[in-house]
This record gives sequence, C-alpha cells and structure tokens, in this order.
Amino acid sequence: MPDIPALAEKVFREESGRVLAALIRISGSFDRAEEAMQEAFAAALASWPEKGVPENGAAWIMATAHRKLIDGVRRENTRREKQDALRYAAELAASPPAPDFEEGAMHFPDDRLRLIFTCCHPALNQEAQVALTLRTLGGLSTPEIARAFLLPEPTLAQRIVRAKRKIQEARIPYEVPPADRLQERLAPVQAVIYLIFNEGYAATSGDRLVRSDLCSEAIRLGRVLCDLMPDQAENLGLLALMLLHDSRRNARVRDGELVTLEEQDRSTWDQDAIAEGLRLVERALAFRTPGPYQLQAAIAALHAQAKTPQDTDWTRIAALYGRLLEWNPSRVVALNHAVAVAMSAGLEEGLKRIEELGHAGGLDNYYLFHAARAEILRRLNHPAEAAEAYRHARSLATNRIEQGYLERRLREVMAAPQSS
Amino acid sequence: MRYMMLIYSKEQPGSLDQEAAERTYTGHLALMEEAARKGILVGAEPLAPTSSATTVRVESGKTLITDGPFAETKEQLAGYYILDCQNLDEAIEWAARLPTACRGKEGCVEIRPMPGIPARPELRALARNA
Repeated sequence: MPDIPALAEKVFREESGRVLAALIRISGSFDRAEEAMQEAFAAALASWPEKGVPENGAAWIMATAHRKLIDGVRRENTRREKQDALRYAAELAASPPAPDFEEGAMHFPDDRLRLIFTCCHPALNQEAQVALTLRTLGGLSTPEIARAFLLPEPTLAQRIVRAKRKIQEARIPYEVPPADRLQERLAPVQAVIYLIFNEGYAATSGDRLVRSDLCSEAIRLGRVLCDLMPDQAENLGLLALMLLHDSRRNARVRDGELVTLEEQDRSTWDQDAIAEGLRLVERALAFRTPGPYQLQAAIAALHAQAKTPQDTDWTRIAALYGRLLEWNPSRVVALNHAVAVAMSAGLEEGLKRIEELGHAGGLDNYYLFHAARAEILRRLNHPAEAAEAYRHARSLATNRIEQGYLERRLREVMAAPQSS
Repeated sequence: MRYMMLIYSKEQPGSLDQEAAERTYTGHLALMEEAARKGILVGAEPLAPTSSATTVRVESGKTLITDGPFAETKEQLAGYYILDCQNLDEAIEWAARLPTACRGKEGCVEIRPMPGIPARPELRALARNA
C-alpha cells in the first residue's frame, strides 16, 4: 500500500501554489482560499487510504477545495443577513461545483502569475513579500518559514497576517501588471526569489552554512517564473545563477568546515545542474537584453566550466564584474571586481583597488572585505598584515562555519615564516 | 475604493517663484480635470502653510491649544486628493502623476484607502448631505 501521507505531501508541495492561486481568484480572499485548500488536503488524507489514490491528485484536491469554498460561503450566508451577504457569494454559488476536473483544467498559469505579483507587490515590505511568497506559492507552513529564517513563530505569523490584511484593505490587485509596468514589477519578484536562495545558500547565522530546503524552494520558484514568463531573459538568468551556485552545494562544506571555491573537489559538483545552468545562460543571452542576473550567471558559468582553479578565466570574469558594476554600482560588486582583477591583472593591482575601496568607506563591517584583503595579502606573502585582516574578518563573521574557516586561515598564516 | 492622497512637501521659506507656482497650479488643474472627466474625482484641495496651523488637544477636560502643526517634520501636509480608484495600482498611477510627487526627493504622496463606515451606511449619507 502506498504511503498516503507522503503522497499527499508531495502533491501539496508541488501543487498547492497552483491550487491556492486558483482558489484566491475564485474566492477573492487569501484566507478563505487557504482554509478550503487545507480542508481539501485533510479530506484527501481521510479518503485516499480507503477509496484509493485518484489518478490526478492535484485535480482531486482542486475540485474538493472548490466544493469546500462553496460550502463555506453557503454556511456563511445562512449565518448572515441577506443584504449583508459576501460580495462574491452570488457569483460563487452560481458557478458549477466542478466535481470532475478534466485533464488540463488545472492549468491556470495566469493565476499563479497573478499570485506572484500580488505577493511581491512593492506596497508590501520585502520581509512580508518573502514570507507571503513562501507561504502561498511555496506551500511552506508558518513554522517551517519561521525555522528557516530563525525567527520566532509568532513574529512570522504576525508578518503574514499583516501582509494579507494590507492586500485586502488597500486593495492590492490580483492581476498581472500591464506591459509598461512589467519590468519594474518583475524586479521585486526576482529579488524575493534570490533572497530566499541566498538565505539558504549562505545562512547568515547559526551552525549550518547551507540550508538546502530554502535553496531548493527558491529554485522551484525560479522554475515557475521561467515557465510562466519564458521570454524574460532575467528570469532565465536568475534560474541559471541559482542552479550554478547550487551545483557546488556538496563541495562547499567538508567535515563541518567551509571549503573555498579554489579548494573544492570539483568532481563533487553537480554536473546536471551545471549543464542546465549553462544551457539557460546561453538561452538568456540570446535575447540580447542583458541584466544583473544574467551577468552573475555568466560569471558563475565561467567558474563552473574551469576544470581546475588555474583554468579559471579571470580576465573574462573581471570584465563581467566591470559590466555588472554598471548595473549595480555597489561596493560589494566593486570588491568582487577588485578580487577578479587581482587574479587576472595581478595581486598588486587588485590590492590597490581593494585599499581604495576600503578608504572610500562603507565596507568596514563587511567580513568578506577583510577576508578578501587578507587572502590577497597572504598570497603576496605579507603574513603579519594578512593575519591582522583575518582576525578582523573573523570578529565580523556571524556564521560558525565561516568563523571556523577564518580561524583555520589565521592559524596557517601565523605558522608561515615571516617574509623579510 | 476611495483613496486619499496626502501630499507632503517641503515648505518653502519664501513663496515659490512665480513660474514654479504657475507650473504647479496648472499641473494640478490638468490632473483634476482629467480625474473629473473620468468620474473619479471625489475631492482635492490645497492646505494653507503650517505657519497658520493650530493644534488642539483635550487633556482631563482642558483644551490645550498650541501654535503650529501636530509634528515638526521636514515635509508637511500640503494638500490632498480623494480619488475613486479600482485598486491600489490605479491609485499609485495617479499619485505618481501629482505635480508634487515628481519633484525629486522634495515631496511624496501617502496613499490611504478610505474604507468608509460599512456597518452604518446612513452615516455616510448624512455626511454627504451635510
């Protein structure tokens, strides 16, 4: 006998975003849609072991949830006075109960697209966008999201409640923005997905460096975005970028220690993810509408293609960072550019640029700045200065694995013979 | 849904120069006309500068009156629009076109939905007829 709860959970993971998006469109309410969907999944757990698993589990859930929605509205109607009836009640009761969903009837691509744009509406703050996206499109429970972001559950629950209330009270529309607004409204959607990925890839605090559940979820959302809007080169770039980074997931930590790109065992890189990432980069670049995600993906692609660290095409990477600076003139990008220059044009030139960035200010509390500086000083054989910079970096790192790595480096340079 | 758009702008120490004042005035006029034509203009008016403001507070039965606005901030409430829009996106489109909002970082528009008093429609009718 199949493992019904596991099967139901799989259907939930894969289909809840789609089902919920359709239910929100039908009911006009996040809460009622969620309630109906949860009831439908509970019904599946009760009836599938007895009556067997339906061929199309998702369609079964959708039809059941739709019925629950109608039942719910009818129940509410009988409770309320007639003139007080819900806005959507008449419309809902008139629509057919849709007991047998045909193959293909589940495909409401626009519903999920609507939902993405509503969850990532710029009138919501980014924390709320992230929580709401994971909750509705990702199908993650509130405790799961709270755990992933190391937040107390009530804080996160409150965030979601507030976001839903704002959507309703301010009437944030449930629709895909018009063509002339699409680009500016797509940016926060991509930002939310990338933030989820990064939170998983470089967990900002705690014992674990990689929280793969968040990475997988972000990649899944990235795929949804590409499916829904395949002609947006930046969507492809974002997915490629995440896949290429994620391909190194297993190589980044060994025995609880951080392994740098240079030291990683490249045979453990996920070649399927790399191949898919490379294909996506190529497809994206063919649109000739460059953007920051594509540029970062192209950089990650060059790293992924290098058989050994020495094979890395640092000259092209430096050039790509130079172009990325035009899009995103941030100090962090400038730091990466300086490192690439150090690796291609020469360590002295790279160090000069890093020192300039340091003097310009704003990077003093950024541990990677001190770590990069330390790394170049170490290579230039200035162990005392390198040690000082590693020490500084270690005091700023908040993740225990990163602290451990910096500690190891510090011991290494302190053990090295002093240069004259 | 009716939305109130609260226009906040930096108060000029002197009066605006003639040309800028004229530009702001004609800008608002054009926008109000367009909104009226579309049937969504509920109201719009400028406010006198905060130098004319009086703040009233009642504490244990005593009325306390102070000179000036409720809060001293860099940007002050300068006027408002009430527009009947389909949703927040439409309201944002209009807000972005208000002449004050366009002047770089010198001003901003706060959009607040006006849900009304749904349980007591007769109150709304009274307010309208007043």
